[in-house]
Amino acid sequence: MSALYGLMAEFDDPKAVVEAAEAARMAGYRKMDAYSPYPIEALSEALALPKSHVAKICLAGGIFGLAAGYGLQYWSSVIEYPMNIGGRPFHSWVAFIPPAYETTILFAAFSAVLGMLALNGLPQPYHPVFNVPAFAGASRDKFFLCIEAEDPLFDVEKTRAFLAAQPGVAAVEEVQP
Amino acid sequence: MASTPHVDPASAPIIAPGHTFRTVTDKIASIVLARRTPLHWFLGFAIAFGIAQLVLLTIVRLLFWGIGSWGVTVPVGWGFDIINFVWWIGIGHAGTLISAILLLLKQEWRTSINRFAEAMTLFAVACAAQYPLFHTGRPWIAAYWLLPYPNTMGLWPNFRSPLIWDVFAVTTYASVSAVFWYVGLIPDFATLRDRAKNKLMAMVYGVASMGWRGSARHWHNYESAYLLLAGLATPLVVSVHTVVSFDFAVGVLPGWHATIFPPYFVAGAIYAGFAMVLTLAIPLRSWYGLKDFITDRHLDNMAKVMLATGLVVAYGYAMEAFFAWYSASSWELFMIQNRMFGPYGHMYWALILCNVVAPNTLWWPRLRHSTAWLFFISLVVSVGMWLERYVIIVTSLHRDFLPSSWGMYQGTVWDWSFFIGTIGLFLTLMYLFVRFLPAISMFEMKTILPGARVEEHHG
Repeated sequence: MSALYGLMAEFDDPKAVVEAAEAARMAGYRKMDAYSPYPIEALSEALALPKSHVAKICLAGGIFGLAAGYGLQYWSSVIEYPMNIGGRPFHSWVAFIPPAYETTILFAAFSAVLGMLALNGLPQPYHPVFNVPAFAGASRDKFFLCIEAEDPLFDVEKTRAFLAAQPGVAAVEEVQP
Repeated sequence: MASTPHVDPASAPIIAPGHTFRTVTDKIASIVLARRTPLHWFLGFAIAFGIAQLVLLTIVRLLFWGIGSWGVTVPVGWGFDIINFVWWIGIGHAGTLISAILLLLKQEWRTSINRFAEAMTLFAVACAAQYPLFHTGRPWIAAYWLLPYPNTMGLWPNFRSPLIWDVFAVTTYASVSAVFWYVGLIPDFATLRDRAKNKLMAMVYGVASMGWRGSARHWHNYESAYLLLAGLATPLVVSVHTVVSFDFAVGVLPGWHATIFPPYFVAGAIYAGFAMVLTLAIPLRSWYGLKDFITDRHLDNMAKVMLATGLVVAYGYAMEAFFAWYSASSWELFMIQNRMFGPYGHMYWALILCNVVAPNTLWWPRLRHSTAWLFFISLVVSVGMWLERYVIIVTSLHRDFLPSSWGMYQGTVWDWSFFIGTIGLFLTLMYLFVRFLPAISMFEMKTILPGARVEEHHG
């Protein structure tokens, strides 16, 4: 039985999955995840997800981009290849602002995206939840709550009974690993 | 409002009533997953792809003969290449405005048009990129002129030049737009993966979706990243056309050296972009039966944005003339006089007709709500914006400070073939996009359906 990944409850309505997630958290379950075809803020709230780290990664990327962009211009225009262009100073800091501005945005944007993918563990070629045939609806119009076997409170019979008792539940299925 | 005999689109819902999560998904996904490609698609694609061959033809000719095959010469050293570059880049701006700025402003109606407007941005930037790439006639030279990389000659670009700023602005814009677009597509790729009947397509979409499964933990990070991207794209899009305008404003030529250029260029870009979004949205929604999602209210809103930015552009034209007079500089005065009544005067007045007079008809609700008129006006605006760049670039260059070096400029057959070719390229890419990718964001459409939002409970 320990071979199971977890138990998955299917819902037709976004409100039902949010309420079920909240009930599961109240019951003490922690190792669980919900699945929905579109982002539902209340669901993050119900699962008590910690604040996302994407913003910090993005800020770090932006600061690095600013330093790298400005540094590149300073190094190439002052140290490596000083050119006298119409008597302007080698360190023409005003003119260096636009490229540094762009590299800041470039690195911040890529950090946000790559950071988001890394935090989510994507790309991920395989995941047990896809073993549930009905799960294809998670990208269309169905909502799922999966309590994982790793959770200390997980017990196939008790957890199944708990999920089946949730209002609005359409089905409870075992998730093979 | 009440006096108009028809329903006012401004108060209509942004999705036709009666849609559910299922119908929205199926309607949009079915365009991509349909086994049969509609005949009109093949016809349109064949025409567009045929026209796109002009790009190849022109480039081959250019690489063999050099830029002598183009009309540029002294004194007009900037011709179609920069006119078309600015025109295409400008068109792209509406996509970012819709996807980023309207998202931050919580304009929910943007949801059904952002995906294809972003695609339009990418394809317009791809078309724009052809010109700086090939404008030297020797594109391999552009590499070390423009890009800072350690080359064997030990050369580095001059960062004091607006042309280098342009390279940074446009490449950043293209990269960030592509990433923004792709991130928006990930959940929709997952939907297509799960809905595809064809094994191969399911695999391709599966790889593109990166294994997205709609986990709440993932959405949590995703929403954060998506909002950050919108926040970053907003200052970026404003900076891009600002930097493009610096190409002119930093120069000392009368007619270019003006502080009004950055805001006036940005407004013009959004103006041209919304015209292009309308040009694409009107046929798209009727060919694919998407009037439930791209409603009359969307067209009405876009028409209003176009009218508003058109007025900003008109203000720019007025100020150009005012500055010339108020500066009391004889060069500036001569420039505006030459622009209005010189040998290119007819183009100036055609531009005023297209960009200032024509869009003002959109004040009348009856005309604004007529799809045919709106489509016509959006084409007129596209022509007008092209004329604007032509007038700004050519009239400032062809008669400069020294009358002995005056001359005239005209695009050659090869200039026109390159321009028309990129229009074909743009349409080809749009056709491929509509067939293989969801033209409307499915997951975002679901967020604005009635009943999608769940009230948060605390505690």
